[in-house]
Amino acid sequence: MYRYDEFDHDLVRERVAEFSDQVARRLSGELTEDQFKPLRLMNGVYLQLHAYMLRIAVPYGTLSSRQMRKLAHIARTYDRDYGHFTTRQNLQFNWIKLEEVPKILSELAEVEMHCIQTSGNCIRNISADHFAGASADEIIDPRSYAEILRQWSSLHPEFSLLPRKFKLALIGAPKDRAAIQVHDIGLEVKRNDAGELGFAVWVGGGQGRTPMIAKKVRDFLPEADLIAYVEAILRIYNQQGRRDNKFKARIKILVHEMGEEEIKAAIEREFAAIDKSNLVLPRDAVERIERYFAPPPFDTRFNGAPAFDRARRTDAAFTSFVERNVHPHKMPGYAIVTVSLKPIGGIPGDMTSAQMEAIADIIEQYSFDEVRVSHEQNLVLPHVKLEDLPAVYARLHAADLATANYGLVTDIIACPGLDYCSLANARSIPIAQRLSERFADPARQTDIGDLKIKISGCINACGHHHVGHIGILGVDRKGEEFYQITLGGSGDETCSIGEIVGKGFSSEGVVDAVETIVDTYLKLRESPHEDFLAAYRRVGEAPFQEALYAHAA
Amino acid sequence: MAIFKGHGFIEDEWAIVADDAPMPAASAVISKARFVAEREALTARNAPLGLILRSGETLNGLEEDLERFGLIVLDIPKYTDGRSYSTARLLRERYKYTGELRASGDVLRDQIMFLHRVGFDAFDVTHEGTIAALRDGKIRLVHNHYQPAAREDEEAAPGPRPWLRVSRRNVPGAPHETGIDGGGI
Amino acid sequence: MSAKSKNSDLPLVATANDLRTGAVVYRSADGAWLRDIARAEIAEGKDAAADLQQRAEADLAVRVADLALIPIIRDGAFVRPAALREIIRATGPTIDLPTSQPGL
Repeated sequence: MYRYDEFDHDLVRERVAEFSDQVARRLSGELTEDQFKPLRLMNGVYLQLHAYMLRIAVPYGTLSSRQMRKLAHIARTYDRDYGHFTTRQNLQFNWIKLEEVPKILSELAEVEMHCIQTSGNCIRNISADHFAGASADEIIDPRSYAEILRQWSSLHPEFSLLPRKFKLALIGAPKDRAAIQVHDIGLEVKRNDAGELGFAVWVGGGQGRTPMIAKKVRDFLPEADLIAYVEAILRIYNQQGRRDNKFKARIKILVHEMGEEEIKAAIEREFAAIDKSNLVLPRDAVERIERYFAPPPFDTRFNGAPAFDRARRTDAAFTSFVERNVHPHKMPGYAIVTVSLKPIGGIPGDMTSAQMEAIADIIEQYSFDEVRVSHEQNLVLPHVKLEDLPAVYARLHAADLATANYGLVTDIIACPGLDYCSLANARSIPIAQRLSERFADPARQTDIGDLKIKISGCINACGHHHVGHIGILGVDRKGEEFYQITLGGSGDETCSIGEIVGKGFSSEGVVDAVETIVDTYLKLRESPHEDFLAAYRRVGEAPFQEALYAHAA
Repeated sequence: MAIFKGHGFIEDEWAIVADDAPMPAASAVISKARFVAEREALTARNAPLGLILRSGETLNGLEEDLERFGLIVLDIPKYTDGRSYSTARLLRERYKYTGELRASGDVLRDQIMFLHRVGFDAFDVTHEGTIAALRDGKIRLVHNHYQPAAREDEEAAPGPRPWLRVSRRNVPGAPHETGIDGGGI
Repeated sequence: MSAKSKNSDLPLVATANDLRTGAVVYRSADGAWLRDIARAEIAEGKDAAADLQQRAEADLAVRVADLALIPIIRDGAFVRPAALREIIRATGPTIDLPTSQPGL
């Protein structure tokens, strides 16, 4: 993984000192809350319902054991002993005191972490495929580019006061595990026919109030042009994005209003005019960053995994864990393990300090000291030897982290909702918990198969409900929580926005409604191999509407 | 009103002239609309000419005339409005504008460093705290940057990552550097 | 929020978050900001509300942030916020929080 050199350390230290000074000026009254707000947001500090919330950047979701232990320490020392992993691969603490933030930032800086640009109208933490560098289907590891873009976009003097927030995501495999088509900029690293490295570029995707799928503006952008091209897009957005209406300020609205051809032409014009002399990305500079992401020293003498084979024969729970949460690795004899943060009845994405330390111990011993945060609010152990899987499973089990539900109906994404968030209109977590309990039976979950439920507590869509196979949106109806259901969304390479199935449901009714939808799917699927999304795309909304509303009419 | 430029506040020798007011004999700053409407008469004048662009106004149509202006004022109506930051870079980097580039309006002291990096060299700010910070040398000097901007003439590229930059010289309102490590924080 | 119109005739209290700690606080009649809503000053009617708002705003400089006047319901000797959002602010998340020491 990337390691700071003196330059990076100095840069972060200067920024910690700067923010400490800003906090002091706010506490002394020199800064009003209005003036302080954009400054604290630039450093990841929100004011939520009950307390300040601090959002810590986890660049492209990668953490070491040392960093994980520091997060556990912060949870114990400054918060209430737990943290929450988000859909932007970040971590947030919910019970932070503003006066302690400078100390926390200094502690984070010790382990090469910070909170810069985890909020505010700037370029946010850059996300990437959580299986990067490990997955069997990967063509090119996108992390070195994510790191270069992270650096280039950090405290960019021109792009720190954008009309609205701006999010980039990268992948390097045909399977899109980073939802790049619902990002402001999505990049797919690829090779052209001549074997040269470059990117397919998508612009103007997003969720929120007006969900949109991004437009592909370049099929192949040469590697050397990456920074100049992204700078061209950002400049057009900074100058022309709408600033009159917060809800129309994202680049997706600009792309929509200009139209695909015009935005493409505008980007190309700006790109052509940019002085590239100091923005060109030379191959040797990329190579220098790539070295940080070189494959770990794998044991290449794979000739069977007897302990793994034995456990599969004798331990049914281990076997179902392997079937659900273990994914093919590019290196024979290794596997990728998803650690579900969705225990039955639990809070999606939450983790105690003890669990963070358990993970730190496990990755130190078994995964080349690396863990990833996924945008699905789970953790990923990227490089586990097959032969070590039984031991890893036992350690996860002991830490209550061995739920075998990856991608199943109980692997639910949920934003913090009205239990924490000052923007929310309705609670998300209790709905996720009740759904999880309703579908708790492992045999039933396995029978239902792949099914992504995503819950947002307001139209900002932090819970990604628009791209849930089943999406749930909490709204406020005359002071009561009310839930709209959308069907058929997907954030992968077949990206689609879910469609509202009909009128919404009360807090009591929404769990029954989801069960009705699932039962309807089970009845109409052509075979157990036709998953929910495929079945929905074949039959459309009608059978689900019939099941949900016919008897009520 | 005094303008901060270089190392201190100086008296403003420029006057902003309303679109319907007669042009004075002295240094005058006019709007884009007036310049476009009266281009020939204005460029025939002998006295120095300045331009003020309201936030949202672009350089389109002015590209050939920029060198005529001794001063360009970019208006920042609210500290959250970042449009002028792009205009400033375009002026300095694309159009090689070398005259005074002034940020005018609602600016927080924490933004001086960014404004400096995108090319501004003069500040006409309304925020009392910012004025005091400029006057007292309390602007925080940040040395390390992750990207080139409009200060290629005075920022070092420490390498080997070609996008890195280090501020070497004094930044407006920052404490004076006394040595290699001096005074920054 | 639409709850506002329904609650428009209810008495109000001033709430905010403590600037240093972020804690939810309510303004008492003697100008203190306290965790306990039961000790909050209650404003009845438009004039009293405007007066409370004005006095509370003076505390935005260095004591509190995110000030709001919220409708409350009197229930015998007890006072509770009218809106769900404010009930959650007053009493905390409605879920069991994670803990490293289950059973404590």
